[in-house]
Amino acid sequence: MNWEPVIGIEVHVELETASKMFCGCAVDFEAEPNTNVCPVCLGLPGALPVPNRKAIEWITKIGLAFNCSISERSQFHRKNYFYSDQPKNYQISQFDVPVCHDGWLDVTVAGATSRIRINRAHMEEDTGKSIHVGDSGRIHSATETLLNFNRAGVPLVEIVSEADIRSAAQARAYAQDLRTVVTALGVSDAKLEEGSIRFDANVSIRPVGTEPFGTKVEVKNMNSFRSLERAVDYEIRRQEGVLESGGIVHQETRHWDEGEGVTHSMRSKEGSSDYRYFPEPDLLPIEVTDEWRDEIAATLPEMPAARALRYVALGADGDSASSLAGSEALATLFESAVEAGAPGNVVANWLTGEVTAWSRRESLDVAESALTGKHLRDLAAMVAANSLSSTAAKEVLGYVLAGEGGPAEVATAHDLVQISDSGALEEAVDEVIADNAEQFARLAGGEDKLIGFFVGLVMRVTGGKADPRAVTEILRSRIS
Amino acid sequence: MTELSQLTLVEAAAALRTGECTSVALTESVLDRASLTEASVHAYLTIDRQGAMAAAEASDRRIAAEKPIGPLDGLPIALKDNMMTKGIETTASSKILSGYIPPYDGTVVKLLREAGAVFVGKTNLDEFAMGSSTENSAYGPTRNPWNLDTVPGGSSGGSAAAVAAGSALAGLGSDTGGSIRQPAALCGLVGMKPTYGLVSRYGLIAFASSLDQIGPLTRSVQDAAILYEAIAGHDPHDATSFPGPAPSGTERLGAGVEGLRVGVVNELSGEGIDDEVLVAFRTTIDRLANAGAEVVDLSLPSTATALSAYYLIAPAECSANLARFDGVRYGLRVDGSTVDEMMSLTRAEGFGSEVIRRILLGTYALSAGYYDAFYGQAQRVRTLIIQEFATAYEQVDVLVSPTAPAPAFELGAKTQDPLSMYMQDICTIPSNLSGHPAMSVPVGLSASGLPIGFQVMAPALGETVMFQVAAAIEALSDDIGRPVLEVVAS
Ligand SMILES: [Zn+2]
Repeated sequence: MNWEPVIGIEVHVELETASKMFCGCAVDFEAEPNTNVCPVCLGLPGALPVPNRKAIEWITKIGLAFNCSISERSQFHRKNYFYSDQPKNYQISQFDVPVCHDGWLDVTVAGATSRIRINRAHMEEDTGKSIHVGDSGRIHSATETLLNFNRAGVPLVEIVSEADIRSAAQARAYAQDLRTVVTALGVSDAKLEEGSIRFDANVSIRPVGTEPFGTKVEVKNMNSFRSLERAVDYEIRRQEGVLESGGIVHQETRHWDEGEGVTHSMRSKEGSSDYRYFPEPDLLPIEVTDEWRDEIAATLPEMPAARALRYVALGADGDSASSLAGSEALATLFESAVEAGAPGNVVANWLTGEVTAWSRRESLDVAESALTGKHLRDLAAMVAANSLSSTAAKEVLGYVLAGEGGPAEVATAHDLVQISDSGALEEAVDEVIADNAEQFARLAGGEDKLIGFFVGLVMRVTGGKADPRAVTEILRSRIS
Repeated sequence: MTELSQLTLVEAAAALRTGECTSVALTESVLDRASLTEASVHAYLTIDRQGAMAAAEASDRRIAAEKPIGPLDGLPIALKDNMMTKGIETTASSKILSGYIPPYDGTVVKLLREAGAVFVGKTNLDEFAMGSSTENSAYGPTRNPWNLDTVPGGSSGGSAAAVAAGSALAGLGSDTGGSIRQPAALCGLVGMKPTYGLVSRYGLIAFASSLDQIGPLTRSVQDAAILYEAIAGHDPHDATSFPGPAPSGTERLGAGVEGLRVGVVNELSGEGIDDEVLVAFRTTIDRLANAGAEVVDLSLPSTATALSAYYLIAPAECSANLARFDGVRYGLRVDGSTVDEMMSLTRAEGFGSEVIRRILLGTYALSAGYYDAFYGQAQRVRTLIIQEFATAYEQVDVLVSPTAPAPAFELGAKTQDPLSMYMQDICTIPSNLSGHPAMSVPVGLSASGLPIGFQVMAPALGETVMFQVAAAIEALSDDIGRPVLEVVAS
């Protein structure tokens, strides 16, 4: 039987506001454990939450960026469950009326674009962190659990898609594009590896051509886009295997094991799913008036998809345009280089190729390098003028990134400038012809393969700085 | 002059200003009184003699320099033990918070500290304010100074008993379903619950967040108005705090009731109310009418369902509010082999039976499949009550009823019968559900010499007219005096 995957994604984004969701404590994960805490975020008796207006502004921004409707009045609810890193043993979250609802994000995989509907984006607070000490570091065998409440109460936005995703690749693209938008909004550093953005996938399969959904399984613990794709892919195949062999898929939560490349069933918690939601009596409804919403909308930056289209018009190819649009640092360099007169296609290739590779290799942000748009323009001009080969240009780019200086300066210092001055080249060619008269006669007599021999000699004589095409042209002019 | 410990706040403040006495003398007087009465009354869980004396000395220096901060400067006041006091043990009468020292002052405590008030100590209550007799305390019951065989009411019974006994000039309580007004009635005091949101809840251990309000327990209406004014006002730490200025409590004291329309709530003034209480209530109504008030009989049918709605909403909220007491971060911890087991054992050991009963009730009321029938339905009743009150207040300035269905009952009389205990709050609960202000004024004594209270209710932010009517009732009623308490030096 042919199966169709049905996938929905839940995303948690930690907002990088200055202070926490319901108290004045700083949002700072680097701090010593339990230093950014107060009666409110520690759940001390008598403490009360006061909502962070900035966080409400930012979730509205997120909602608008994903084409959501914004609720004029939304409601906080208490989600009740006991867990030792949850100070109040309930989480302030939202239930039936979230701040943002009914949006969408267009996702393109292999040239095909699909609209993934977004059900809702709601506001909640993060928990503290448990560190299990002893044995394997897993909760089952821990001898002690240490708690750090610096993260408790950090504003968290949960973005829930509809089950509109149909492949693991599409799941990955959705997650990547969503992260790109969130980053462009400047509301979160959205680092998967640090957990400031977290993706869970709800996966089910159904026979192709049928309507009803299969039993869904929630897959957690993916800390890279690659592992998200692998986990979803694995889970689809696992469910196919179960159903094909006559089994049934159980509704459960499964944990992705990156090392083994499989999902494991998590022990189901007793009485797990009844969170006894009820309206949070300590908080009034959140009001986002039309005026405030419009004010926030006016501050939205250009969205990555729109920006990518503009970059294509400036000469970048589709893939490079998306990459550039997804990185603030690359986009800034691209725009300033093009503005200064550099050809878009060349600069786009450098930025997504050498520059990105350098950033990865050095583990440095491109914005931290010495590279400027003007450097890129100058470099492109040198290539166009044949004073640098394209290979040499890439080498020069590396030295510029490392802060050695501008392209001209660096190229000279590293002796990479091509001899494109025709007088000097002609002199070198003639010298080589004179020294190899017999071979030249054979070349002139029609033995064309000898052209490579002469070009090679000229390159040797010029220490590799000659432009091979120019050398070939001069040789031809000498034959005729 | 009268024994210092028996003065009203107004009398004591005047005596301080004229130099007739000092704050140190006032404070010593209530502390001495406590050392005589505590063995039998047990109003306090903690007495902070050192802190009180230091505050009194500081106040005397200000008064000597003719720079008193305000009307409460130097006056000894008792705080219910569910209010956070920095550095002073705060338990809410629960074993689960035994030894808990808060790192911060609640807003009301802070305001009173800044107003120069002297805190005598922390008073007993029904555990987490759940109860109407102050018998549900992990640290033993409080007794009513008017008759030591009877309860002082609750849950603010400790503060009420302290003020009645003379071990504080005034006290603060908290009122979720009548926990200030009912003990005020049973102890012969004035007790007032402000409009929801006028007094900050920051630093009050939450029982039912949408119902809780802090308010005064005093010996006179004027004292209550002054103490109310000192603690009311917007607090940025409480998101449910009313943003505007609080209405005046003192502005229309003494203005009488001429021309005011007083509504008698039929449903709260007949069935289930003790005869003696009804007689005192009717007598007071007649006096109000004679003083020029227009008395109207009103029906508020939804109040009949208020008690049921309350016993779903309050437990539901408390089931979440009390979830934080889990042994992880503070308070009692009973070790177990897993974290979950530790939490369970801690809560089983730390909470008393009434608290556990309400947590279970609330958990059930919020459970999947039951939410709409219980919690949802209760909220609809609440909306109905608010609407009925709003309509009633279009016709009258204040509503009135008895405060408690009967005078103080004997210790142990209702402990085995939670429903009859819950009936204690039948007249007081509607104002908590509607969020409106209400207060109790003593209007007489029963044949056995126990105080009887009269309740005045007003629309939201109607404190000014409520105090006006309460002051008139106080003036029209016979002074019940102070309890005669036989004491032995401990
Ligand atoms: Zn905090």
